[in-house]
Amino acid sequence: MSEDTRVGIVLVSHSAEVAASVAELAKGLAGGATAVPVAPAGGTVSGGLGTSAELVSAAAETVDRGAGVAVLADLGSAVLTVKALLAEGDELPEGTRLVDAPFLEGAVAAVVTSAAGGDLDAVEAAAADAYSHHKV
Amino acid sequence: MLDADFFRRWMTATAASVDREAERLTALDSAIGDADHGSNLQRGFTAVAAALDKEAPQTPGAVLILAGRQLISTVGGASGPLYGTLLRRTGKALGDATEVGAAQLAEALRAGVDGVMALGGAAPGDKTMIDALVPAVDALGTGFTAARTAAEEGAQATTPLQARKGRASYLGERSIGHQDPGATSSALLIAALADTAEADGE
Repeated sequence: MSEDTRVGIVLVSHSAEVAASVAELAKGLAGGATAVPVAPAGGTVSGGLGTSAELVSAAAETVDRGAGVAVLADLGSAVLTVKALLAEGDELPEGTRLVDAPFLEGAVAAVVTSAAGGDLDAVEAAAADAYSHHKV
Repeated sequence: MLDADFFRRWMTATAASVDREAERLTALDSAIGDADHGSNLQRGFTAVAAALDKEAPQTPGAVLILAGRQLISTVGGASGPLYGTLLRRTGKALGDATEVGAAQLAEALRAGVDGVMALGGAAPGDKTMIDALVPAVDALGTGFTAARTAAEEGAQATTPLQARKGRASYLGERSIGHQDPGATSSALLIAALADTAEADGE
C-alpha cells in the first residue's frame, strides 16, 4: 500500500486536549508516523467537554484517503455520536468504522498498524487486540 | 389526521417545555450525572425550532428527520444521538405520507424507541429514557392523554431504580433515590405531544 492510501484514524474524545494529545502520543510512539492521517475530534465546537458531530465528520473527511477510516471514541456521547452518524449513512466517508478498542492503547496500535501499511481490517484488529494487553 | 404542521407544533411545544424545565433537568442531572442535561437539550431543541422555522419540511416524517439531525449535531452530550435517533427513526418509519393517523404514529414511535435501545443498549428498568418511552408507546394506542400519564408515571418510577447505563451507572447503589433526568425529559416530549393533540381536539 502506498503512503498516500493509508487507513485514516479519527480520535473522538470528550476533551479537545485529550484527543489532540492522544493523537500526538500515538504518532510519536509509531516513530513519528507522519504518513498516517490522524485527526483528533475532541470536545464541542465551543470548546467545552462533550462531542461534536460536526467535528467528527470534518475529522473523518480530512483523514479519508480511500482506504477506510477507523474511529476510536472514549466513552458515552462520543461512542453514541459516532454510532448515530454511521447509522445516518451519508454523514461519514464510505468505509468509516467505529473500532471497539481502549482509547489510548487502541490509538497507538491503530496508528502503528496503519503506518505499516495495514488495511482497515488489520487496523481494527490491532486496536481491538489492545484490550487483551493486561498490565498486571 | 396529523400533518406536518402538527409535528412542527409538537417540536416547538417540546422546545418551550424544555426551556421551562431546563433548570429542573439539570438539577436532576447534577445528582447522578454531569449536570448538563437541561442546557444540552435546551440548545438542541432551540436549534430544532429554528431549523423547522427556516426549512418548513412538508411531511411529518421530514419534520422529525430534520429535528433528529439537529439534535445529533447540536446537543454535545449523549442525549443528542439518543433523542436524535428517536426522532429520526420515527420520522423514517412515517415515510413520505403527508398526513398520518395516531395508530401509524404509535407504530413509528415504537420503531424510534427500538432504535434508541439498539443504539444505547438500554432495556426497561435500567433507569433511562426508555423507562418513560416504552410505557408511553404502549399507552399511545389508547390515546395521547394516556401516553402522557404513562410517560410521567414511568419517569417517576425510575426513582427507586439503580442505574445500569450511562454515567449514572458508575454511582452504583448511590443512583437509587433520584429520578432519572433522561426519563424526565422523555416525559416532557410525550407531554408536548399530548398537549399539541389536545389543542387540536384529537
